[in-house]
Amino acid sequence: MFQILEARELTENIYLMVVKAPRVAKACQPGQFVIVRMDEEGERIPLTICDYDRGAGTVTIVFQGVGAETKRMAALRACDSFHDFAGPLGCASELISEDKTVLKQKKILFVAGGVGTAPVYPQVKWLHENGVAADVIVGAKTRDLLILEEEMRAVAGNLYVTTDDGSYGRSGMVTQTIQDLVEKEGKSYDVCIAIGPMIMMKFVCKMTEQLHIPTVVSLNPIMVDGTGMCGACRVTVGGEVKFACVDGPEFDGHKVDFDQAMKRQQIYKTAEGRAMLRAQEGDTHHGGCGNCGGDR
Amino acid sequence: MDGLKKVPVREQEPAVRAGNFEEVCLGYNREEAMEEAARCINCKNAQCIKGCPVAIDIPGFIAQIKEGNMEEAYRIISRSSALPAVCGRVCPQESQCEGKCIRGIKGDPISIGKLERFAADWAGENGIRPEGATEKKNKKVAVIGSGPAGLTCAGDLARMGYDVTIFEALHEAGGVLVYGIPEFRLPKEKVVRREIENVMALGVKIETDVVIGKSTTIDELMTEEGFDAVFIGSGAGLPKFMGIPGEQANGVFSANEYLTRSNLMKAFDENARTPIMHGRKVAVVGGGNVAMDAARTALRLGSEVHIVYRRSEEELPARVEEVHHAREEGIIFDLLTNPVEILSDENGWVSGIRCIRMQLGEPDESGRRRPVVIPGSEFIIDVDMVIMSLGTSPNPLISSTTEGLEVNKWKCIIADEEHGRTTKEGVYAGGDAVTGAATVILAMGAGKAGAKGIDEYLSGK
Repeated sequence: MFQILEARELTENIYLMVVKAPRVAKACQPGQFVIVRMDEEGERIPLTICDYDRGAGTVTIVFQGVGAETKRMAALRACDSFHDFAGPLGCASELISEDKTVLKQKKILFVAGGVGTAPVYPQVKWLHENGVAADVIVGAKTRDLLILEEEMRAVAGNLYVTTDDGSYGRSGMVTQTIQDLVEKEGKSYDVCIAIGPMIMMKFVCKMTEQLHIPTVVSLNPIMVDGTGMCGACRVTVGGEVKFACVDGPEFDGHKVDFDQAMKRQQIYKTAEGRAMLRAQEGDTHHGGCGNCGGDR
Repeated sequence: MDGLKKVPVREQEPAVRAGNFEEVCLGYNREEAMEEAARCINCKNAQCIKGCPVAIDIPGFIAQIKEGNMEEAYRIISRSSALPAVCGRVCPQESQCEGKCIRGIKGDPISIGKLERFAADWAGENGIRPEGATEKKNKKVAVIGSGPAGLTCAGDLARMGYDVTIFEALHEAGGVLVYGIPEFRLPKEKVVRREIENVMALGVKIETDVVIGKSTTIDELMTEEGFDAVFIGSGAGLPKFMGIPGEQANGVFSANEYLTRSNLMKAFDENARTPIMHGRKVAVVGGGNVAMDAARTALRLGSEVHIVYRRSEEELPARVEEVHHAREEGIIFDLLTNPVEILSDENGWVSGIRCIRMQLGEPDESGRRRPVVIPGSEFIIDVDMVIMSLGTSPNPLISSTTEGLEVNKWKCIIADEEHGRTTKEGVYAGGDAVTGAATVILAMGAGKAGAKGIDEYLSGK
């Protein structure tokens, strides 16, 4: 059992929890993720690591209540426990294994969208601790949905906040800010790391391709075990099949087949998938997908 | 009974079991077991023992069953095997112990597997547990993976008095016994959990949710956590795909994923939280035991199921009993058939599988006749779901993070067969991580060899 030391709602439907998990806290690196299970009946849910404290043996996770299982998890409070908390999984961000002097010369841009701000944070923080000031663009639908702004400001070089509705910071999508920074504000970047919804990463990659900025994305496909066994998380990168859990989760964004990855994310989830399953399965359609409510 | 025929074992009717996940084979009762045991002629030079990868004293335990001494029969088996209730169910006896049985020359061999199962189940039902070590050795061994190799190695070492901890990456112990083999072939609560409790009763500790190579490394276990030796039984790895067009379509699953959802995550139960796709018509590509398990699971979830296999019936790598059961239940075998493309609809979902007919040519390096394409014989099966069951390739998590641990050209860990010794001092390995995908009992044999190797190593230290 892995005890929750702190639990709070960062904004509507996005939750932060600090969990006692000494093995994960000791070993984890920016870019990696964990798989949690809230109780004996729980589904295995992959979540990105937002922060860690090796001394205290704690790991901070941030998640959005999207399916039935994450909504159920949202009800957990301090002193409750996760039944399982396995990790760290996946490869660490490539930045951390780069030569420090080379790294300090690099102009790095992070682009975070929505709950994707959480996995961006430990990377920016790690760079900050190693004397590298990275620029960060954080995008949110509206001001109220912005998360970790103060935390990010404390570790970023320049922080650019943009909201879709213009309620705070700049107005518009993150891609607009990238373009403005490079084309109008005289910025140049050697590398971009984009983490957020798949559709955002797709369009960031289109933009950075035009701007000739090599781009890394962190993918969050469907997973079951997360240890390189089930193959559910396969994605096509540069024409090759890769497993996000062991080969990723970070990949060269300009080589990722986003359209396929987005389709695969919908296998159990979207209205399309639900309708498809319902049509195919008739009365047997109560697979507990957690979305349609048909299992209750 | 004329003695030439084995006592038949009771099974659920095919039409009934095709709609449930209860165990197919019901096993012998006491009378049936004693009657079958009486057929054993107790050979002096018992060939069956030579056919057993863990060398159980087979005539010895059968003689006890014949006399009705069930506890003693169990004790004899458990001296050699940590998982008798599992082995009695999933071992390929026809090519091992039963394949060597003298009675099989004229008539049926003794049903050794069914007798082993009976003795193990009897012990479980009567609360008999194996005996632990009387003397502790004060040396710590880490076992990586709680599948058949790891459990066997841990069990043997614990009996020798070692302080053993198993590290399991998943949330539940058992490895392939819980995520791979379905409930209807190997009940989880009644059989697997009980066997694991037996291993724990020997003093073995199990820590779940620890991914060796990620959460910690073998080097750290040995230098920081004080383990004197390590056994790697981490199992097979990443599922293989064919590399044909359309394989990433929605509705194409690896057998590993499909079975893990159903077995480990209990998705076969409609109240489970983990979803599983219920196909209308499913193609399972491959002919091994895993393919049979996936096919029979899909059948139970209401699908019409086709096994698509490129060679003929004779070459099917699955156990004869599994093929027989699958057929009885209504699985359709499309043999000498090879997929060339998976078709999908405008939304990216599987809408069919294009196959080509094959014929058998000259034998290849495996000794099996090589399947050759029959030109112009392509056809489409209108499936909406495909399960790829083509085996696995080794998981790199451990080999890539352990200094001095060498792998062969297939990326399997190099370990000698007799002791499981790897290229790194104090580190032993066995099971699928070494051999590539094989069987439960071969992994157990390797676990046994590893325990012997570790004992020799630590005794000499």
